[in-house]
Amino acid sequence: MMHIQHEAEERHVLTVTVDNEAGILAKIAGLFTARGYNIDSLTVADITDNHAVSRITIVTHGPRSQIDQIHAQLERLVPVHKVVDLTEVGPHVARELALVKVAGVGEKRVEALRIAEVFRARPVDTTTESFIFEMTGAPDKIDSFVALMRDLGLVEVGRTGIVAMARGPEEA
Amino acid sequence: MTEERSGASILVESLVKQGVEFVFGYPGGAVLPIYDALFGDERLRHILVRHEAGAAHAAEGYARSTGKPGVVLVTSGPGATNAITGIADAFLDSIPLVIITGQVPTGLIGSDAFQEADTVGISRHCTKHNYLVKDPADLAAIVDEAFQIATTGRPGPVLIDIPKDVQIAMATWNDGPIQRHQRYNPRTEGTSEEITRAVEMLANAKAPVFYTGGGVINAGPRATALLRELQAKTGAPVTSTLMGLGAFPADHADWLGMLGMHGTFEANMAMNQADLILCIGARFDDRVTGRLDAFAPNSEKIHIDIDRASINKTVQVDLPIIGDCAVVLDQMLTEWGTRKGQDLTEWKARVDGWRERKSLAYPSNAQAIMPQLAIERLYELTKSKDPVVSTEVGQHQMWAAQYFPFFSPNKWLTSGGLGTMGYGLPAAIGAQCGNPDSLVIDIAGDASIQMNIQELGTATQYRLPVKVFILNNEWMGMVRQWQELTYESRYSNSYSDSLPDFVKLAEAYGWKGIRIENESELDAGIQAMIDHPGPVIVDCLVHKETNCFPMIPSGAAHTDMILYGDTVAGTMDDEAKALV
Repeated sequence: MMHIQHEAEERHVLTVTVDNEAGILAKIAGLFTARGYNIDSLTVADITDNHAVSRITIVTHGPRSQIDQIHAQLERLVPVHKVVDLTEVGPHVARELALVKVAGVGEKRVEALRIAEVFRARPVDTTTESFIFEMTGAPDKIDSFVALMRDLGLVEVGRTGIVAMARGPEEA
Repeated sequence: MTEERSGASILVESLVKQGVEFVFGYPGGAVLPIYDALFGDERLRHILVRHEAGAAHAAEGYARSTGKPGVVLVTSGPGATNAITGIADAFLDSIPLVIITGQVPTGLIGSDAFQEADTVGISRHCTKHNYLVKDPADLAAIVDEAFQIATTGRPGPVLIDIPKDVQIAMATWNDGPIQRHQRYNPRTEGTSEEITRAVEMLANAKAPVFYTGGGVINAGPRATALLRELQAKTGAPVTSTLMGLGAFPADHADWLGMLGMHGTFEANMAMNQADLILCIGARFDDRVTGRLDAFAPNSEKIHIDIDRASINKTVQVDLPIIGDCAVVLDQMLTEWGTRKGQDLTEWKARVDGWRERKSLAYPSNAQAIMPQLAIERLYELTKSKDPVVSTEVGQHQMWAAQYFPFFSPNKWLTSGGLGTMGYGLPAAIGAQCGNPDSLVIDIAGDASIQMNIQELGTATQYRLPVKVFILNNEWMGMVRQWQELTYESRYSNSYSDSLPDFVKLAEAYGWKGIRIENESELDAGIQAMIDHPGPVIVDCLVHKETNCFPMIPSGAAHTDMILYGDTVAGTMDDEAKALV
């Protein structure tokens, strides 16, 4: 009898600087599917004035050797300038933005607003029976906030996925 | 000179500028402007294939045998999708190709237009890079960069998809040098620390092995020369992957033969027992390593490779050196200087002990031609002509690798990574174009040859005197062998039923056909093939159920080889069956 074996996995945050050309996102996302790698989150936006260069932040998980392969395979793509494994580099800031819609009246509505203050989530849309809260923070902080809202009339959640940067004065 | 030219004309000028001699292609609606630009142009020779897969494999054969990039030109949709197998083949075997595909006009892209396929999407993961050209003004720079990417670093296929309107539209063109983007700069040199450490490890090794691969061939004839020089300094035994055959001379006293699944006993045992493996331009492929946790358990490993992604992909190494094989070997030789390595007498005595097993000795047969014998005779009778040999995929390919020795690079063309049946005939055609005076032989099987048999017409049209030597055992022999060894001889769909009469088929295409039915006709048949000035098919009927040994069954270690004469159980556990 044969069973599928699983290896111990690690979670890594990678930033990838790329030429902002047609198909680059498909190339990168497709590399992950083609080689059986995981994407937990992926964000992308151009970061130069002339829109020529984009920065992609990818959160992935997998066995140690696979993370190393992901790094190498990404670097092999011609439009990729640089790949940084922030988890490997060391301390880094990872932030995410979330929009959280909560509907309710009375005590639950008051409670939602109070918790939002504790989490420094800002109401960006208000009706008499709902809020949309905007919050940024580490993903687990957003997880906690969303979990608390569940009992208070959570309607929907939108999250951007992580953008991240190494701490300190240098470019990673 | 600056002037307005059409995209198609800029493309042709750009190809000429790259020194392209041959374009392997097939016309169609979406490349008509390019074909019109080619019309009457004497600078490029267009080889009209009979199927686009043939174009890609022919370009591969041309590239592998000449060291120059191969160029393919096909139309949109089915033209492009038919070429994909050859492109994927070139990707896995690191063969430099530039593939030009036509595309429907820009305005129709995405509309499911006639003969539209998402060529850039489909080819994304089997090309080193690809482009969709949206403006003819970009073409010259794109072609220039495509050739740079295809031929430098780890070589590979680069595809340029050109919509029909971009081929027709005009742009300013000048014949001056191209301002290159300079965004692709692969690392070619090892650091001095790496080189020093590698040389120390090599000098201290008591049981070293050189494990060489296609990277040595790709790095050019200089890499081959340097490999031989470094080997002479150390005296280490040398083995090679399927792709690396020819880099080291097969008659050298320290040559072990090919390693891996159908490698020699001595090559696999030496890998298993070595204390140092110097891997040069090979990638620890699953056909080579066998069971990973039992692969070369007591050795330190140095891995020289131009592709960082090949390092630690399947086997963890002690010292990776990212760089071009020729450059790194040169650095190592300089660092080695007048050093003396360890005394390898004891190690070589052990290697000789393994050689004594004579793992390539096969049983003789009075009734039928043994396929191994046919290859040996083919070699003996052609060796004075230093032939270029291509193969299809299967048993005949492994027998060719085992029994046809090579002494120099670029003589051996085979589909290693992708294992593409139907590679050999078009590859031979491409090789013959690039080496018009050479004897070019496709060693084929009866099943594989039918996969691109239509290319017989191409050879006829261009008067290319290629030879096809079929080891005809009326089976998909390798499939049959695996079914015998692992599925209790349940021969599911592996019999080559309804085979054509290959002699008549040859004649129908204007080729000469020769049939060899028994051993007494073997030499004369081969000689007649050599002596005929035009293309020849030899249909050599061989023993039908001969297996290809030595063999490391899937999931087994290097020390668990099956040799001729071993009794083999007809089944295998599920873990082993699940391996490729």
